[in-house]
Formats: sequence, structure tokens, C-alpha cells
Amino acid sequence: MSTDINWLKYSSPQAFYPLAGSLIPWFACMAVALMGVGLYIGFFIAPTDFQQGEAYRIIFVHVPAAWMSMFLYVVMAVWAGIGMGLNARLSFMMAQAIAPTGAMFTFLALLTGAMWGKPTWGAWWVWDARLTSELILLFQYAGVMLLRTSIDDVRRADRASAVFALVGVVNVPIIYFSVQWWNTLHQGASVSMAAGSKMVSTMLTAMLLMTLAFWLYSIAVILARVRCVMVERESLPLWDEKAAVIQETVGAR
Amino acid sequence: MSGASMWEAIGGIVRRDLLLAMRRRSDAAMSVFFLVIVVSLFPLGVGPEPAVLRTIGPGVLWVAALLACLLSLGRVFTADYLDGVLEQMVLIPQPLAVLVVAKVLGHWLISGLPVVLLSPLLGLQFGLSGESLGVLVMSLLLGTPTLSMIGAIGAALVLGVRGSGLLVALLVLPLYVPILIFGAGAVTSSMAGIGGEANLSLLGACLVLSLFLAPWATAAAVRIALE
Amino acid sequence: MSGKVYPRLYPCPLFFHALFPYSRRALSVELLMLQAVSLRCSRGERRLFSDLNVKVERGSLLAVVGENGSGKTSLLRIFSGLLPPEQGSVLWDGQDIHQLKELYSGQLTYIGHLNGIKDDLTPLENVTSSMSLAGEACSNNGAKEALEAIGLKRPIHHLPSKVLSQGQKRRVALARLWLSTRPLWLLDEPFTSLDTAATTVVTQRLHAHLHRGGLAVVVTHQEVALPSETVQRLNLTE
Repeated sequence: MSTDINWLKYSSPQAFYPLAGSLIPWFACMAVALMGVGLYIGFFIAPTDFQQGEAYRIIFVHVPAAWMSMFLYVVMAVWAGIGMGLNARLSFMMAQAIAPTGAMFTFLALLTGAMWGKPTWGAWWVWDARLTSELILLFQYAGVMLLRTSIDDVRRADRASAVFALVGVVNVPIIYFSVQWWNTLHQGASVSMAAGSKMVSTMLTAMLLMTLAFWLYSIAVILARVRCVMVERESLPLWDEKAAVIQETVGAR
Repeated sequence: MSGASMWEAIGGIVRRDLLLAMRRRSDAAMSVFFLVIVVSLFPLGVGPEPAVLRTIGPGVLWVAALLACLLSLGRVFTADYLDGVLEQMVLIPQPLAVLVVAKVLGHWLISGLPVVLLSPLLGLQFGLSGESLGVLVMSLLLGTPTLSMIGAIGAALVLGVRGSGLLVALLVLPLYVPILIFGAGAVTSSMAGIGGEANLSLLGACLVLSLFLAPWATAAAVRIALE
Repeated sequence: MSGKVYPRLYPCPLFFHALFPYSRRALSVELLMLQAVSLRCSRGERRLFSDLNVKVERGSLLAVVGENGSGKTSLLRIFSGLLPPEQGSVLWDGQDIHQLKELYSGQLTYIGHLNGIKDDLTPLENVTSSMSLAGEACSNNGAKEALEAIGLKRPIHHLPSKVLSQGQKRRVALARLWLSTRPLWLLDEPFTSLDTAATTVVTQRLHAHLHRGGLAVVVTHQEVALPSETVQRLNLTE
């Protein structure tokens, strides 16, 4: 592979749009394949847990979703920070595209957490440090998206939600530790999710596969959404895949 | 440009905000009334059982203080934004982050400090003991400035945005969670006989952290709002 | 007041030199010149102006004219540093104003479209407080003289500003010009809702400012009655 590809050129929306378009199918296919394998191993091959029975299998969705939710928040904040620092439009668009996917994973983590909690803890909801911080994380995702939609001016919306995303990144770990602190004060240590079961290697494999699948899924969805954002903002022709047409349109404006 | 004139600018902003609050006393009194009413509603809803009230007291007082602070956030920047004073403030030849601290200080003096001063009376309604009352006042004294510092970020972000009152609540409340936990926790643990020192130190740490970080975020948000 | 010479730039404390190398360089420069270099600005989807170059030197006034919505106010806000330009830069004595930051704010008096006065304060309090915040503290008497110079009689000085008319409020805002010691004035439609007498007084004040070596950028839709050699016109519609 030649090394003289100018990577920087992809930092402009016009060049990024077709690139993203051609990458999406690959990521999507790999995500589906890995998800299939991961779920198969998790639901059929991994052994039944001697303490929690079959119900524990939800963690193959729950744990990767929770990881993704936090990871995506950090990625969003990083893009927001780059956008603020370099005044790069594409960074803000990426941050905007990441937020809904992150919120979706947060919601998924909460939902599966509740489904796991009912048979294991006997309650749909427990004020555990992880669950609580996940809930607050969902609120923060909602805040970022709401702030963006309530400001009409795109530039201002970008920057304001970037500031909020960055503030939130400081907040999440503080919340995690504060809830943990609060929990030890109020109740005896509840059943921790990780401590209950020792990881068998098949379990670990399934979980890693699922995590990878969620990664690829996120990339595919985020790229697709960032293309939508570009179309919306730059008035690019919606269904035209050809880069030349886009260049032309942008040049004419 | 010198350090002395920086203090002059801070003092000037605080003095002007206090003067304005004096001219419109009802504004400042409102958050205090709100606090009293919210706190008084709880016994009516939960029932007059002293043991129950004592258990929920710290939490109720803290949540009420937090909401009172939230309600008054609109006053930090909105009026200045609408009449052009905020524009002038940004053009003062001092770092904006410092001026933001002055605005927040003014806000705290007007709507935070009265809450702190009133809290022992309200604590008595919930049957808190003398020592717990002391911890309650201390926790509010350390916590409410942090609430104002964090709240100012949200207040600046929603300047000129439609539906800003609700939006600022949605933005700021998640950020208030740690303060609420440490603040109410301090009082609860002092009631349990553990002593609230650990929580109070954490509140102090949050205050210091917010003093360092929040002004920058607020200054950035103010600039964004004025563009 | 008119005999006053503008002080050397940036008398700032020592640690500033360490933090901002620009301020040290600034000490040797004393041109007083505002320059816009290939500015571009759009609001939303609309391009207001692009590749705008203009230079204002000491003793001269830039009158920015143009249709409504042609970007006059945006240009003034870019000059003030409130609005970062989409492209290009504004230079004060050859240095980018976004690097000078507070040092540049210390050079200008900005009176925007909004008056920047508090309805609950009296005109006198408004003038003294905004001057002292700007770092140009003035005495009560000074403020009274300024208010009188722009035609606000003494009894009005102690009324709450909310009872004043639009024109009177505008005068309160403009009274700062009589107290300002800053070399650069940025005024957005200063003559709006002023009567003929007040317009004349403000114009005279501008003339005095230019005469002692100041600069001004004035957004206006009417002619500024100043000697033509001091006025440079910039029409944004063309």
C-alpha cells in the first residue's frame, strides 16, 4: 500500500461522504456476522451458571452494551473537544452522530440490567453504583441531544452541546464513585455483577465477540448517520453516491 | 490590567448584582419562600411520624435546596443577556472566567446564602438534633456554592434558547447528583453517629474542583451564546 | 480632557509577559491601527461578506453602511472580538485580536445595538458602574458631567432607568463616550432614536475623539457630519 495517501483530505465533509458510504456495508456485514456468532456461543455453548441459572446469559448483551455506552460518551466528548479546539465541522458532525447510538446502548444496558436484576436480585431496579451512573449517563446523552435540537443556529448548537458533553465527561466518574460511597453507607454491599460468576473462557469469548460486534455496529450506524447530517447541513444531494456530483454541488455554493 | 483592577472588577460585579437584588427584593425572596414551602409539603405528604421525618429530613432539605438553586439559575445571566450588559461584561479587559466567578458569587449571595441561613429552622421541623443541624449548615455552606458554579454552566448554555427554563433543569440536575449524595450523606452519617467529616471533605473537594473547572466552561458557554 | 494623550499600550504586570509573549512585543508598538484581513462571515446559510479588507488608522473613522441584514452589526461584533470571523483575522497594531484577548479589550469602548444599561439602576449608577467595570472608574461628578454633556438634565440622573424613553436610554449608554479614555470606539447605530440636538453633540464628541488621535468604527444608516478627510466609507451592500 502506498504511503502517500493524504489522510487529511478526509477531514473535509466532501471527501468523507463517499468514503463513509463505501465503508458502511463492510462494517455492517461484519457486525451482523460477529453478533450471530457471539450470541450463538453465549446462548447455546457457554455453560449454565451454577448460581444464577440461565438468566445470567443476558450479560452477553448487557455488559458489552454498558461498555459501549460509556466508551461512546468518551468518544463523543473527544470529537467535541477536537471540534472546539480546531474548529472542525466534521468533528462536530461526528459528535452529533454518536449521541443517539450512545443513548441507545445506554438504554439497552439499563433494560437488560433490569431483566437480569429481577431474577438475580429479586427487583427490577437496584440503586447500585453501576446502574445509577448508567441512568445518569442516559440523562446526559439526553441533555446533549436536547440542547442541540433546541438551538437553531447550527454552529452555536454544535459548540454548546460540545461544552456540555465535555462537562459531562468529568461528571460520570464522580457520579460513579459518589454512588458507590453512598451505597456502602446505606446498605451492605449488593451482589456485584462481575463477582458472582467466574468467567469461563467460552463466556469471555462470547462477550468479546459481542463487544466487537457492537463496535462494528456503532461504526456502521454512526457513519450512516454522519452522512445524513452532512446531507442535512450541506444540502448535498440525498441519494447520489458519486463524489463528483457532491464536489460540484459544494463548489457551486 | 493589574491584579488590583481584577479585584475591582469582581467587586464591581458583585456590588452591582447585590444592588439590583436590593431593588428587586421579591426576586431574591422567592427562592427562600420556595424552599420553605417545598420542605413544608413533605410532612403533609408523608405523615407527621417523627421517626420517618427524621430519616427523610436530610434528603428532603437537600433536594429542596437543590431545586431552589435550580429555579434561581435563570437570574444568573438572562437579564444581563437581554439588556446587553453581558456583552459589555465579555469586553471588560479581564479574563472572562474570573468575571464569571464574580457573577456566580453574586448569585450565591442572593439565593444560596439565605438557604444556608434558613436551613437550621427547617431542620428543626424535621426533628434534627443540634449536631446534625450544624452538619447540615456546613454541608449547605460547602455545597450550595458548588451548585451555583455548576448551574452557571447550564444557565450560560441555554441563554436565548426557547424553553430554557426546563432545559437548564435537564442539563444541570444530572450534574448535581454527586453534590446531593455527599450533602445529604453528611447529615445522615452524622445522625447515624459516624460523623459527617468524610462527606464534608468530599463536598469541599467538589467545591474546589468546580471552582477550577466550571468558570472555564461557563466562560466558553457565554462566548458561544453571544456569537 | 481633550488634551489627554493615549497612554502607551498595555501597562501590564510582569507575569503577563511570561504568559503572553505578544504583550511584550506590544510595548514597542504605538501605531493605533485596526485592520481587517480577508474577513468572511455568514449567518446561518447566508454569506454576508467575504474577502473583506479594510484599514482604520488613528484620527480616522470608518462608517459602515449598507442595507438591513447586510452584515454591518456582524462586522462590528467581529471588530469587537465578540464574534470570531469565519475566515480571516482582525489585527490591532499588526497582532491578531484573538491572541491579544484582554489586552485588546482594554483598547476599546463598544456600544452595541443593545444599550447595556440596567432598568433598575439610575442613569448615574449605570454610568459609574459600567465605567468602573471597564476599568476606567470615574467619579460621580464626572458621570454627572457626562450625562449633562449628552443632554440629560440633573433631575433625570436619579430616576430608575426603566422610566426613561428610548432616546434617553440611548443617551445614557452614549454618555460613556465622554468618560472613555480608550483609543478605539466601536459604535452600533449610535444615532438611533436620538433627536437632532443629541446627534450633533455625539458627532462633535466623535470629532474630538478623532482629533486627539482616536479611531472609530461606526455602523450607521445616516451620514456622519464629519470632515470628509477623516471619514472612510465601507458599503457592505456593494
